[in-house]
Amino acid sequence: MVHAMQHSLNGSTLKPGEVQLEVQDVKLRFGGVTALAGVSLTVKQSEIIAIIGPNGAGKTSLLNCISGLYRPQEGRITFHNRGEAYELTQLPPHQIAKVGVARSFQNIELFKHMTVLENLLAGCHVHMKTNIFQAALYWGKAQREEIAYRKFVEEIIDLLEIESIRKKTVGTLSYGLQKRVELGRALAMQPAILLLDEPMAGMNTEEKEDMARFILDVNEEHGVTIVLIEHDMGVVMDISDHVVVLDFGRKIGDGTPDEVRKNPRVIEAYLGEEAGSFSLF
Amino acid sequence: MESGIFHSSYEKDMALRHTPIEKARLALVILFLLVFPFVADNYWLNLANTIGVVAIGAIGLNILTGFTGQISLGQGAFLAVGAYTAALMSIHMGAPMWLTIPAGAITTAIIGAIFGIPSLRLKGLYLAIATLAAQEIIIWVITHWDAVTGGVDALNTKNYLWFGDDHHFFTEFQFYWIILALAALVTIASVNIFRTRIGRAFIAIRDQDIAAEVMGINLFKYKMLAFATSSFFVGLAGALIAHWRQIVTWERFTIEVSIFYLAVIIIGGLGSVSGSIYGAIFMVMLPAMLNNLGRALSGVVPGMDAIIPFIQQAVFGVVIILFLIFEPEGINKMWKNIRDYFRLWPFSY
Ligand SMILES: Nc1ncnc2c1ncn2[C@@H]1O[C@H](COP(=O)(O)OP(=O)(O)OP(=O)(O)O)[C@@H](O)[C@H]1O
Ligand SMILES: [Mg+2]
Repeated sequence: MVHAMQHSLNGSTLKPGEVQLEVQDVKLRFGGVTALAGVSLTVKQSEIIAIIGPNGAGKTSLLNCISGLYRPQEGRITFHNRGEAYELTQLPPHQIAKVGVARSFQNIELFKHMTVLENLLAGCHVHMKTNIFQAALYWGKAQREEIAYRKFVEEIIDLLEIESIRKKTVGTLSYGLQKRVELGRALAMQPAILLLDEPMAGMNTEEKEDMARFILDVNEEHGVTIVLIEHDMGVVMDISDHVVVLDFGRKIGDGTPDEVRKNPRVIEAYLGEEAGSFSLF
Repeated sequence: MESGIFHSSYEKDMALRHTPIEKARLALVILFLLVFPFVADNYWLNLANTIGVVAIGAIGLNILTGFTGQISLGQGAFLAVGAYTAALMSIHMGAPMWLTIPAGAITTAIIGAIFGIPSLRLKGLYLAIATLAAQEIIIWVITHWDAVTGGVDALNTKNYLWFGDDHHFFTEFQFYWIILALAALVTIASVNIFRTRIGRAFIAIRDQDIAAEVMGINLFKYKMLAFATSSFFVGLAGALIAHWRQIVTWERFTIEVSIFYLAVIIIGGLGSVSGSIYGAIFMVMLPAMLNNLGRALSGVVPGMDAIIPFIQQAVFGVVIILFLIFEPEGINKMWKNIRDYFRLWPFSY
């Protein structure tokens, strides 16, 4: 289904295929635990890249480094947008959001007392300009801005097919719907790159299919780059252009889904997993 | 994002009141507020004025604690900053009220923001202790900085309309209008704030601060802004108290006052502007009504006089505990439930 949206969801100024994110030799330790032992990877504009690996491999830690929640002890993370090269390891999280990085979380981190609409509008925060004085008056510019962004988030609501729950408090929604709202909130940021930490975890097959369709929609219709952590290999192999495999904080595979599938180190790492927890093929 | 044209239906959808019943209810409240002072005696006017001032202070505290999730035990001291600023300006500079009241609010906003700095590192109980320190430090400064504040002695605020004016003795009736006007402004401004990105940023910080940060909300900036906005309203209430009571003394701004205001917003409803007002009405009226009841009974039951204060304290405590147990979301939630019940009535299941 093609959704005619008036607003683009893509906040990147790059052309498809240009280098957007460069992670160079990132090392992250927590006391004695090495979460990332020198990871490098390159993300190109408008691709879908999947990061896979067993539990504890360092996938979430890598996203946290990119979004500024963790500070790696070594390495660089360079992000290209609007003609600038931003060194993300030097920026606080709210600045990283401003330059165009949006994400969702492995354990849903929505604003649970807000409605779906309010959550999405909160995602528009960096684009809106109303200050406290204009807010108190809610007159003229402030009101016009609220209405304009309301219109914008309604487009996202249509895209994600969540019209019927727009005024529901998110804390009351099912897990699958909350995951969808979290995607919506990230999209409301009009990101240049979207980091999704296990967007389909805990979903049934139908919900997974919906989510995969939304992700593809956003990528194909709007050209938003997507970095996806996912354990479901079917989904990963289906939708990603490029797969990076982490194990114990190291990158053990990097390439197209087919290349990664044949990589002996990857096969070995997954065979080492306890039976039943995980199946690659 | 530029967008010139907008759907008028979204505008309607975003209005505060939709149904004729909601509009009629508001009209009734306004009518009552306008007629009330003409039929009420001084006792009731004084109660109404107390409710108004407490409501302003409670809205302020609710912005910080209920909406932004930053617990504060410094309310009493922030009220004191507003009250002392207004009183001192009137006494030493002969400043008129239209200047001292905003100045009290602004001064408190600045002091509140400064004492809010620890909130970047501290959360929950730890922040509560830090704001408790703010409470004690401010009161200590007031009682020890004799040269400026008059120390432990009370100040007599002057009510001027202009520089060089004579002191005015305003009646409760006259103050009713001042307090009502300011309470209405504070209510409207606060409700508006929570219709915009600023209010959403506050709530986002309360609900999930890490996600808020990753959505581009600068935690430091918005926590400071919450402290400043909250303290602005609290300082406004303090400055009003200074002019209305005319006597300013540190004893009226102790930690007990901070706790009283926390009770107001918990009982009224955390994170609700109207709840702050319901809480103010309840917490001011309950002791007054217990008092009246006690006095009525004292004629009937001998020896009642001596134990009335204890009974009052106990009833007060019990009511608060009952609220926490049975309706932790406060009067605001109860009112919503009642409204929903009647909306569906008679098919209320
Ligand atoms: N804040 C933290 N403090 C201490 N150790 C941490 C922290 N965050 C992650 N780690 C450790 O870093 C390692 C990598 O964890 P991470 O959450 O990145 O794994 P993951 O690949 O996302 O795993 P999963 O598939 O289970 O989500 C683990 O050993 C984890 O215990
Ligand atoms: Mg993880």
